[in-house]
Amino acid sequence: MNVQAWTFLLVAASFALYIGIAVWARAASTREFYVAGGGVSPLANGMATAADWMSAASFISMAGLISFMGYDGSVYLMGWTGGYVLLALLLAPYLRKYGAFTVPDFVGDRYYSQTARGVAVVCAIFVSFTYVAGQMRGVGIVFSRFLEVDVATGVVIGMAIVFFYAVLGGMKGITYTQVAQYCVLIFAYMVPAIFLSLLITGHAIPQLGLGGVDQASGSVLLERLNGLHRELGFAEYTSGTKSTLDVFMITAALMVGTAGLPHVIIRFYTVPRVRDARVSVGWALVFIAILYTTAPAVAVFARTNLLANVAGRPYAEVPEWFHNWEATGLIDFEDRNGDGRIQFVGPAARDETGAPIENELRIDNDIMVLANPEIARLPDWVVGLVAAGGLAAALSTAAGLLLVVSTAVSHDLLKRGIRPDISEKGELVAARIAAGAAVVVAGYLGVHPPGYVAQVVAFAFGLAASSFFPAIILGIFSKRTTREGAILGMVSGITLTAWYIVWFTLVHPELNDAGHWWLGISPQGIGTVGMVLNFVVTVTVSRFTPEPPRHVQVLVDLIRVPRGAGAAHEIDA
Amino acid sequence: MAREPGAVPRRPSVTDPEARARQHAYWRTNVRYVVILLVVWFVVSYGCGILLVEPLNALRFPGTGYPLGFWFAQQGSIYVFVALIFVYVRLMNRLDRAYELDEGDDR
Repeated sequence: MNVQAWTFLLVAASFALYIGIAVWARAASTREFYVAGGGVSPLANGMATAADWMSAASFISMAGLISFMGYDGSVYLMGWTGGYVLLALLLAPYLRKYGAFTVPDFVGDRYYSQTARGVAVVCAIFVSFTYVAGQMRGVGIVFSRFLEVDVATGVVIGMAIVFFYAVLGGMKGITYTQVAQYCVLIFAYMVPAIFLSLLITGHAIPQLGLGGVDQASGSVLLERLNGLHRELGFAEYTSGTKSTLDVFMITAALMVGTAGLPHVIIRFYTVPRVRDARVSVGWALVFIAILYTTAPAVAVFARTNLLANVAGRPYAEVPEWFHNWEATGLIDFEDRNGDGRIQFVGPAARDETGAPIENELRIDNDIMVLANPEIARLPDWVVGLVAAGGLAAALSTAAGLLLVVSTAVSHDLLKRGIRPDISEKGELVAARIAAGAAVVVAGYLGVHPPGYVAQVVAFAFGLAASSFFPAIILGIFSKRTTREGAILGMVSGITLTAWYIVWFTLVHPELNDAGHWWLGISPQGIGTVGMVLNFVVTVTVSRFTPEPPRHVQVLVDLIRVPRGAGAAHEIDA
Repeated sequence: MAREPGAVPRRPSVTDPEARARQHAYWRTNVRYVVILLVVWFVVSYGCGILLVEPLNALRFPGTGYPLGFWFAQQGSIYVFVALIFVYVRLMNRLDRAYELDEGDDR
């Protein structure tokens, strides 16, 4: 069997599994559709959260990104894991105790205001759509690279699968397919990583291999890589080039943004008890950490392999995987000086006369994960496994996001907003229609992506960090926080963040560099500033406005203690 | 606190002053735990992984080839995050029971 056949077989088998689970886990009520009936075990929920969280970007792109950024890539590693500590300590147990179905539900009730609910609904929908477009794109790309169908066909196949299990099963179907998807994706990620680690360092555990000794040269791996970097005119791998302030701000924005993302928060509504919510966040981070501590190892292995076996070599002698991926356009070599060698050099590279050397090799980040099975000379089925893993990562995240959109429409907009008299059955139908419509819109965005997907993703994190996070935290930890404070806080946080990002990425992309940024803070990191502004405005305005009504203060007292949580339910207004 | 067998466990009530005081004490302990754990969270990631990364990179993680600051940024902080959550889970489960504010084993 060749690579193609294996890939078809493994992808089809994984899809059949997801559909089987979806049929088994149909949702019969809004409670099952929104929170999987509230009876998911903390361990299973942790696994589902991990799959929900880790997207096509985590699976396919992150290791490559770190590989090119070196130390600076730490912003993603810390930023996308540290938020779970905030979730466990500051958010998940209390939101679970409150027991609503959605994030806008909590914001609307705690701040006794339909305006606050409306702001939260808009943020939830915007954040989720931004993300889901990226996931659909990821599905299309995996299909086109591994199965040689075009991106649009790939997106349509992905849409059909997600449509089936999200619309039919709601949160219940999504939860159990995500558990299966986690298993597929982590196996697919670890197998090539382990063999690559054995090949380069002799350690079976990549996390140990990263701190180990390079077999080929006999010196410490990270020192060898730093040495190669200096030789070729790159900045040292373990030092990085971003300013400390910017690294700080980006990390904080990603952490806080993670803790404020609605599709992550709602996962903790599905467990039976408050203490399950706490421990479930812990399990989620364990499952995420397995991939996130492996990624920097993969990054270093791939980088070292690239610099040692490709850079400076004659084109005629490069390994076979290089030619395979050249065909896909992910690797692009142009022999500008005509010497037949591949000059892959950094900005500081100089020849004997002191003249700069021109870089001749362009490499897509994604190659660092996609080409690993071939670099490690693994059998063909491993390539198919990586394709199935990438699809699992993209589909699981897409489904979680689509659920947020559908609940925002059927629950927050209809049931709690304009049509409070809607029947249970009517609400369930509305939720399914909304999920279906959201899949179609997401698919359209996947086929025709807006040209600025990367910037828009930064926007999603910034928005979540500067809007939801302070509103929820203060709602729980400060009884004095008022409706006026929260609304003005959210609006000012979002406005600053949005303005800064739009200014530098859409209005004046030519000014988007460290010299023009305010204090050298990049648009990716501005969410942190927006969050601080939100906190300051909320606290200040709350001090000068009448304190929240008595029943809201009682509500805050109640959500602070675990006893009497009950399952997530409809709240009587 | 001894209870009659079969008696309904006391629910936190906002009108009962004794219950209020207990709930207040419970909340203050919880906030103290959160603050202490978040200080560790900050020191490990933002402190060792970002602000102090350069000086720490002069050291090696004992027995491995990791520069220490780099290890904190790309490995260590993630391990500590996991540990922090499980420490908090244990502390809070104990606190919930001590104040009889836990949810029992029933669903």
